Amino acid sequence: MNFANLLTNYAEAISMILFGIGFCNLLMQHNLIKKIIGMNIMDTSVYLFLALKGYITGRVAPIVVDGVQSVEAYINPIPSGLVLTGIVVSVSVTAVMLGLTIRLYDRYHSLDLDIISAMIEKEEEDR
Amino acid sequence: MDFIQNFPFFCIIISLFTGPLSSVLKGKKVKYINTVMIFMMCVLNAFVFAYCIKTGESFVYRMGHFPAPWGNEIRASILEGGMALFFSVIMFFSVIAGRIETAAEVEESKQNLYYAMINLLMCSLIALVYTNDLFTAYVFVEINTISACGLIMIRQRGRNAYAATRYMVMSLLGSGLLLLGLCWLYGITGQLLMSNIKEAVTNLVATGAYNTPLLISICLMVVGLCIKCALFPFHTWLPDAYGYSTLSSAAILSSLVSKGYLFILIKIIYRVFGFDVIVNDKMINVLFMFGIVGMIIGSLDAIRENDIRRMIAYSSIAQIGYIFMGIGLGTTNGMIASIYHILVHAATKSLLFIAASGLTDTSCGKRDFLSLTGSGYRNKLAGFTFTVGSMSMIGFPAFAGFISKLLFAQAGVESAHKMLLTFLALAISTILNAVYFMKTVIRIYTPAKRLHVDETGYTHLTVSSQPSKSIAMAVLIVINFVLGLASDPIVNLIQKGLEMFA
Repeated sequence: MNFANLLTNYAEAISMILFGIGFCNLLMQHNLIKKIIGMNIMDTSVYLFLALKGYITGRVAPIVVDGVQSVEAYINPIPSGLVLTGIVVSVSVTAVMLGLTIRLYDRYHSLDLDIISAMIEKEEEDR
Repeated sequence: MDFIQNFPFFCIIISLFTGPLSSVLKGKKVKYINTVMIFMMCVLNAFVFAYCIKTGESFVYRMGHFPAPWGNEIRASILEGGMALFFSVIMFFSVIAGRIETAAEVEESKQNLYYAMINLLMCSLIALVYTNDLFTAYVFVEINTISACGLIMIRQRGRNAYAATRYMVMSLLGSGLLLLGLCWLYGITGQLLMSNIKEAVTNLVATGAYNTPLLISICLMVVGLCIKCALFPFHTWLPDAYGYSTLSSAAILSSLVSKGYLFILIKIIYRVFGFDVIVNDKMINVLFMFGIVGMIIGSLDAIRENDIRRMIAYSSIAQIGYIFMGIGLGTTNGMIASIYHILVHAATKSLLFIAASGLTDTSCGKRDFLSLTGSGYRNKLAGFTFTVGSMSMIGFPAFAGFISKLLFAQAGVESAHKMLLTFLALAISTILNAVYFMKTVIRIYTPAKRLHVDETGYTHLTVSSQPSKSIAMAVLIVINFVLGLASDPIVNLIQKGLEMFA
């Protein structure tokens, strides 16, 4: 372990910290909207990580302009492709979560999972 | 290239397209499409399975004919073909058995969406089994999660939305870790196809470069998938999700969804990192310990439960623990035992859920044990089926569960450090299983009059009054006995399949 590497790759380190923040929010927040925000931070940090891994300073996206065909001039497009796929997945998952949140809010007028849980228990007892 | 080699791709694409198609159609057509689709899956996968047995080797299908490092690949061998066939068969009977419940409990306007979700789930399961590309696996894991969530929340009750939210949160934590692990691995190997990653990983291990990132990526991916499979301590979402959804959903979720994740985990262990790398890095011991704790805790929770559906759900946690214990033994025989237990559990759990619903149908839909008293007499087939399932889960000889326990014990003998723990865990959990399953069996065969249970509204059901459920139960019983009595050829096939995996 040496910290010099950590400083050179500071951007990757930041993306990991962001992942941690998002992960803890998704796991520990009681509020559903905060959970969803945490999930988005978590996913976005992974895209940041992928984008960092895929970028090489001084090179450009692999679209041939001005006839430059050398491999050295361009970056690998696959990490960017993965980020796009990941964004699609994360958007759909967010939509599902928001849909669930709306349904729970309509029914229990609360966004707090603990309160909702208590209300469900009560509902069962009343029946 | 033989025509049959196209079949895995056909399976994925057919089930993928029936999903959106069902969402725009209405009424009977959707059910018809769903049944035909799953039946086609059974037939096509049977062909793939037979083809792999005949040729005796695996084959790789290149999507769009791009060569290895650029294209996307599908790979099939005995294990993949057999697993896909097994999943399709269980899916077919789980859906058929729940027809009445689905019609009664799901709103008329949402029925087509329910079947669309099942089609997408089938697609993602088959894709998870066949894919040879890690990122494709991730995408289908997410599709699997979303459609499973749909199956839980389709009932318009607050409880279901709550259970689905908890399921979704835990699953998203898991897939986040899986995605991060995958990106780390991509960062150090630069490959996405499983075979190419394995080459790169072998080089890395040989040279000793990037050892820490490799270990981190193994941990992230394995823990991510463990959360999704509901290994103890990540199991809290499970009883609600399985216990309150409709019958088909519960049967499918418990017997197939978690098995899809388990299969991709085994695939990652063998085809991405290599079995030796995983065994050497001690990650496997963690799985072993949590598997054992899960076996005990799941059973203890099941004993305390007073709702038959939730009891079966808790029993799932214990069975997932068994499978992880087998993986954690770190030997090929342990892995064979685990895969065998995947088959056993998939067949038995759907059987138990269907039988339990048969029993509650005769008891005004009540699920507590007092109301279920004597229900084995009111619905004879369901009572018998539940007994078969219980015997199998406990591990009675001649039932399916016995063979997997035998295989676990045999595998346990091989590893000196884990032998004692394996035996103890097997013994204790068998006793605990017996406590709650025999309790239920005795309860359903106790005459209700003797306990002065109020019998108003109780109905008697015969085999012919619920034909779809009876057929499903009969077939699942047969599968159970086949797994219990003719285990040798199946174990041989699994062994051959694992050799092809490497």
